[in-house]
Amino acid sequence: MVLLVVLLGGLFALPNLFDQDPSMEISAQRDAVIDQTTESRVQQALDKVGITAKGMAQKNGKLLVRFLSSEDQLKAMDQIAAELGENYTPALTLSPDLPDWLVGLGAEPMYLGLDLRGGIHVLIDVDMEAAIEQAAERYSSDIRTLLRENKLRYIRISRENEQVVVKFNNPEKRDQASDLIGNEFRSLNLESVDEGDAFLVLVSLSPVERQEVQKFALQQNITTLRNRVNALGIAEPLIQQQGIRRIVVQLPGAQDPAKLKEILGATATLEYRLADTEHSVEDAVNGRIPPGSNLYHERDGQPVLLKKRVIVTGNQIVDASSGLDQQTGQPAVFVSLDGVGAKRMRRMTNENVGKPMAVVFIENRTTTRIVDGEPVKVKKRVEEVISIATIREPFGRRFQTTGLDTTEEARDLALLLRAGALAAPIEIVEERTIGPSLGQDSIDQGFKSVMIGLALVMVFMAIYYRIFGLVADMALVMNLVLIVAILSMLQATLTLPGIAGIVLTVGMAVDANVLIFQRIREEIANGNSPQTSIQAGYEKAFSTIIDANITTLIAAVVLFSFGTGPIKGFAVTLAIGICTSMFTAIIGTRAVINLIYGRKRVKALAI
Amino acid sequence: MQILNKEARYDLMGKRNLALVLSGILLLISLGAIIVRGLNLGIDFTGGTLVEVGYPQAVELPVVREALSKDGFGDAVIQHFGTSKDVLVRLAPREDIESAVLSDRAFTAMQSIDPNVDLRRVEFVGPQVGDELTEDGGLAMLYALIGILIYVGLRFEYRFAVGSVIALVHDVLITIGFFALFQVEFDLPVLAAVLAVIGYSLNDTIVVFDRIRENFRKIRKGEAVSIINTSVNQTLSRTLITSGTTLLVLAALFLFGGEIIHGFALALIVGVVIGTYSSIYVASSSVLFMGVSRADLMPVKKEDEGAQEEVP
Repeated sequence: MVLLVVLLGGLFALPNLFDQDPSMEISAQRDAVIDQTTESRVQQALDKVGITAKGMAQKNGKLLVRFLSSEDQLKAMDQIAAELGENYTPALTLSPDLPDWLVGLGAEPMYLGLDLRGGIHVLIDVDMEAAIEQAAERYSSDIRTLLRENKLRYIRISRENEQVVVKFNNPEKRDQASDLIGNEFRSLNLESVDEGDAFLVLVSLSPVERQEVQKFALQQNITTLRNRVNALGIAEPLIQQQGIRRIVVQLPGAQDPAKLKEILGATATLEYRLADTEHSVEDAVNGRIPPGSNLYHERDGQPVLLKKRVIVTGNQIVDASSGLDQQTGQPAVFVSLDGVGAKRMRRMTNENVGKPMAVVFIENRTTTRIVDGEPVKVKKRVEEVISIATIREPFGRRFQTTGLDTTEEARDLALLLRAGALAAPIEIVEERTIGPSLGQDSIDQGFKSVMIGLALVMVFMAIYYRIFGLVADMALVMNLVLIVAILSMLQATLTLPGIAGIVLTVGMAVDANVLIFQRIREEIANGNSPQTSIQAGYEKAFSTIIDANITTLIAAVVLFSFGTGPIKGFAVTLAIGICTSMFTAIIGTRAVINLIYGRKRVKALAI
Repeated sequence: MQILNKEARYDLMGKRNLALVLSGILLLISLGAIIVRGLNLGIDFTGGTLVEVGYPQAVELPVVREALSKDGFGDAVIQHFGTSKDVLVRLAPREDIESAVLSDRAFTAMQSIDPNVDLRRVEFVGPQVGDELTEDGGLAMLYALIGILIYVGLRFEYRFAVGSVIALVHDVLITIGFFALFQVEFDLPVLAAVLAVIGYSLNDTIVVFDRIRENFRKIRKGEAVSIINTSVNQTLSRTLITSGTTLLVLAALFLFGGEIIHGFALALIVGVVIGTYSSIYVASSSVLFMGVSRADLMPVKKEDEGAQEEVP
């Protein structure tokens, strides 16, 4: 059994000895596919710059190209990106050069954490209050439509924070409306309040609905962030929920945190609105904004009056690409709408041919500033009109938007529109970026300390316990191999504190053997025969070893459940180390000791 | 080879009053340091921004300071990190820039000295995250202690459980006190190390307790003091050897493991030294002080230790 475990351990630890090839992972975007043609196109691109690939293979719908050096890899990157065009995303990565039989066994090297391989980790907080307010805003517009359709006259509908307030001039209408709203939107809480001669319905979201809204906002944001990250071309991105309002984004190997944060944090979206041509813009600038309209500004500061009703929003955009307007040569964004959006757009443009329509660019930013020592959230909403043009003919599903300053901007906007808008504003609340050089240094230093620590302990044990010490040394090496094997098999993340955990395990793993050997020495001192002493030594030390290790295991479990990233890595290696060391130190050494002393009569033990 | 004589019988328990005084002094210093000087908490807990860069050549700190203050980072704390090529910069929050992009601006400023500067590390922790980590860290320590109290209480007897927790609190306080006294930065890895110290120190204590229990059952005559003294003596060489090997690897980690892991290794070294001392003196003395007697430890027959009981 011991032999089997050792062999298996060795086998699964093996992949870690192989070199990592600089490689490139090419994935297809949208409706493109990876096939033989892609492979030959990549080959053509490589031939052009005179680079030979070490290998090329399709796996899980992705194409992996290996290179001989990282210079080749970088040089090939641009060429391949240019050759394949926008529908394919090449991403730089490292991949182990394993022989086929190992790959067939499913053996893989350890999964290195960001602190070892380099990369960017950000923790994103989703602004749930804003999500709720947005939902309330949607309901206020729905309620307006509902009351109009039923010809119920109201004085005013307004949103106050997370509440919608509907005002009537007599209680009968109010109660009628309240019933109507209650029947139509069952997920809302309604409250009737009398305020002098004003009769109000206070509408708020029910707790269940609030939860739904928050869940949806988080889910939607995760999807959006994933789309944006995928478009960036980074291999093995990790995007997942943490808690009820946070999202973790981990991008191994990513290098440019500034650009990344800009792309992740952008909440830009577009809204299409009709311009209000019936009222005077000047009056509005002087503070007399007509009901049903809002005052906006163009990029050059020119004031514009637009209708409050939105024709379509960024949520209804299914695709967007950038290019140049065929007539004017200006940078443009070509937009496709979903069914609902297309229907509304067609109806609105149909009814309003000859009137101007505006495109509003909206960006939300949330930041935390320290004011008087206290963190305060500051929200900023930037709204500008990027283009205003006359509707020449009705249009629906596909159309173009101009008015952007540069092609760069058109491209960024297209990316953001394509990836979707964020359902709620986000804020980056934690960032940890590790450069590749630091990661490699950490691996080297960690490896060095494991080796030096191991050597020191082995020398000490061999001197102090002679033959038994050597057996314990064997167990120690075996323990190390097993830890590596288990980490590789579980694909648990190895971090720098994780390596420290392995170092610590090396020091503590001999403890079990020390306990056993001290017992054996005691038994011999008591005048027992060598064989009995070995027997008794193992038996008596057993319960002590178990007790001592379980308590350390408790600490490791607590660490794991509370810790984040790197600390979790420490807990994992510590826990694995404790378990494997119990196996190797008790069962492993027993087997070897029996092999040495088992079948013969022994006069004295070398202990 | 042997470090201690086989028949080693030091009168360890006889010196327990001396140990009490020593522990008392250490605890007072630690508590004093924690209260008066406070912990030098890392940005993991306080929130803030930290940027580490590597220049191709050695760089003078005033040069970096000047480059940074030109861009309004006059109050940044700058230091060499490990070598004279590596620079660590701590940035204070600014009114005019979003905290999340502070590091990008500072890095751009440092590129003005040498465009080939290498961004080695950025850590930004928002204030709300820092508060959560502090809270979680405290809770984790509490949970670890409670879990251990329950386990030891089940396996041994409540006095042992209390004794081991007293030893643990002692070790944790002194380790944290060390960090407060010398103002060594206390960050997330150090907290993890303190939790590992809890596990390690307990490991040591349990081995001694195990022996005490065994001896109480085996040696029918003799007072509690002398039995405990014998037990501690019997486990003494094991305690010292294991601590020795652990300290060996920790020294390797401290010296070769790189700058980032320094605090972590240091916390473990302090913790292991204190843990070794406490498992000999603090844990056993507490048990003795609470008046454990043989009757408390008579085996429950169905336990597997019952078999050992028959060995004369």
